[in-house]
Amino acid sequence: MLGQQLANGLILGATYALFALGFTLMFGVIRVINLVYGFYFTAGAFIALYLTRNLGWPMAVAFPAAAIASGVMAIGIDGLLLTRLRRVGAPELASLMVTLGAVLALYATATALLGPDIKRFPASVIGAEAMEFAAIRITQAQVLILLATIVLVGGLLALMHGTRLGLALRAMAENPDAAGLMGIDTIRLAALVSFISGALAGAGGVLIGLNFNAIQPYMGEAMMLRGFVVIIVGGLGDIRGALIAGLLLGIVEVLTAGYIASGLKEAVAFAILVAVLWSRPAGLFGRAVTRRA
Amino acid sequence: MNRRHLLTTALAGATVTALPAFAQPAAIQVGAVEILTGPAAAYGIAIKAGLELALDAINLKGILGGQKIALTVEDSAGDKNQAINAARKLIGRDKAVVIIGPTLSNEMFAVGPVTNERKIPTVGTSTTAAGITEIGPYIFRTSLPESDVVPVTFKKAQARGMKTVALMYANDDAFSKSGYDVMKASADKLGVKIVATETFGSKDTDFSAQLTKIKALKPDAIAISALVEPVSGVVLQARQLGIGPEVQLIGGNGSNSPKLGDIAGKAADGMIVGSPWFIAKPDEVNQKFVAAFKAKYNKDPDQFAAQAYDCMFIVAAAIERAGAADSEKITAALAKTSFSGVMGPFAFTSGRDPASADGVVVLEMNGGKFGIAK
Repeated sequence: MLGQQLANGLILGATYALFALGFTLMFGVIRVINLVYGFYFTAGAFIALYLTRNLGWPMAVAFPAAAIASGVMAIGIDGLLLTRLRRVGAPELASLMVTLGAVLALYATATALLGPDIKRFPASVIGAEAMEFAAIRITQAQVLILLATIVLVGGLLALMHGTRLGLALRAMAENPDAAGLMGIDTIRLAALVSFISGALAGAGGVLIGLNFNAIQPYMGEAMMLRGFVVIIVGGLGDIRGALIAGLLLGIVEVLTAGYIASGLKEAVAFAILVAVLWSRPAGLFGRAVTRRA
Repeated sequence: MNRRHLLTTALAGATVTALPAFAQPAAIQVGAVEILTGPAAAYGIAIKAGLELALDAINLKGILGGQKIALTVEDSAGDKNQAINAARKLIGRDKAVVIIGPTLSNEMFAVGPVTNERKIPTVGTSTTAAGITEIGPYIFRTSLPESDVVPVTFKKAQARGMKTVALMYANDDAFSKSGYDVMKASADKLGVKIVATETFGSKDTDFSAQLTKIKALKPDAIAISALVEPVSGVVLQARQLGIGPEVQLIGGNGSNSPKLGDIAGKAADGMIVGSPWFIAKPDEVNQKFVAAFKAKYNKDPDQFAAQAYDCMFIVAAAIERAGAADSEKITAALAKTSFSGVMGPFAFTSGRDPASADGVVVLEMNGGKFGIAK
């Protein structure tokens, strides 16, 4: 049973990490707590649902298409909401309030248009049969989540630390004004971060929708609380930290439910958040003063 | 008929008079308070349809030597104050001798004290909460509370060999918790051993930790009390984790929804759920009701229409036995009801609740659809 529980925790943790990647990137580079992020997650799942169910596209095509569409949507919405605030140098609290209002309006609109019912991908898009290795059962969707998490974390780290673009992003995270003076087009770069972050959210929405079979307008809202825990514990803007914090949170939740009591899993998870912030205010892997991406 | 439909349309759901009062000056006045507008209107509209279908049959012969019943259905819009006003209007203006409804338990908790004080017998057709009939001696209900339905489902599972059960419920929702309480009591009463009690949140999507733990304990059955969305999620993940058909899945009232098949599909196959009524119940009375309902309304009846259909007959029979359109005599006659309708045999307990759960049907999922469990 322990093996299966650890696998359950690993998969749950990977979904948390997957959800948090774009969220932490956005915060790390643009210094904005963008709550609309949860809506891009919902949007990705619904776009892929429409493409597979109504247009009959195979998942292999619908998945990247949904991610790209969510990214494009993010460029538009973030541009509209945040560009002005950035230009006037509004404090972080202003972006928090603006995006909170916007995301609630978007969820309510989506609910009015799409209905509150839970929907799921057609059974034919992915095999539901679980594979069994050494008494541990795992489904195709879960394998896909683990792989996607590894690939996306690796890809993001390579982008940030191995390319000129990454250097520019890190420079912008460090000091946007100085980066602008060095010839970096911060407006375009901010749009690019919106795109990457929105596409990551959309990709997460598709994969998590596939795994849990619960696509509904507020699905992003449900993940947001865990997303916060992951990026805060992992250190704001820290991609590697988000991965480790996501996995830890998932494993702790599952082990608490499996071996202590299922009613206590949230209590334990959030108690850990408080304990981490209390002992390390910048997060487990964060360094207090340096800004990092 | 045409004239009535015209009237209904003209009044657009505000106040609906089933029969024009001037047509039958000697008609016996019966009132109903139901939700005809707003988000929960589906329930009240189904109830009104069931009442009126029964009324057609009753008024064909008439009661008390040829008198007709005039039914006035007032809209509560799901609002407690509007429900109270509706009941007052029915008693004061229409001189109703009996009131049917209201639709929701919390409306009954508001209306019941008023009608009870006026000594007008009031019969709920869809109120399932605990304590409804304790409002007073004039308050009746014909709907089975969940505490009567779940034990029938558990007995079915026991007859199939259930000796141990794992219970799961959503711990952030009063409806799910009260369903769990009934499940626990049923298991204890039948001597079925509860090997695990696991909780989750109504909005959770991951149940793998709880189900892995339950799988290792190898129970004969898993009983789940929650709304249909999380139940579907639990069932899908149970199958993914390798919990097969050898484990009997049992659902509470929340699982009694066609959505279970829509969301969980074949994963829900084998799950059993108790229901006060089922459209495909083979007995003649029920089949006649379903056919007449389809002929009149051009759609399938639901449980609320069926409950209301029986209730109208129960009320008419009580007026007949009372021998006069007198509220006090009707109350006494209602208490002595012995009736057999689409819901099965029916009588009231001394506490004015349904006396028997013999009409409960246990349904089983098969190919994503409910059928009667064998």
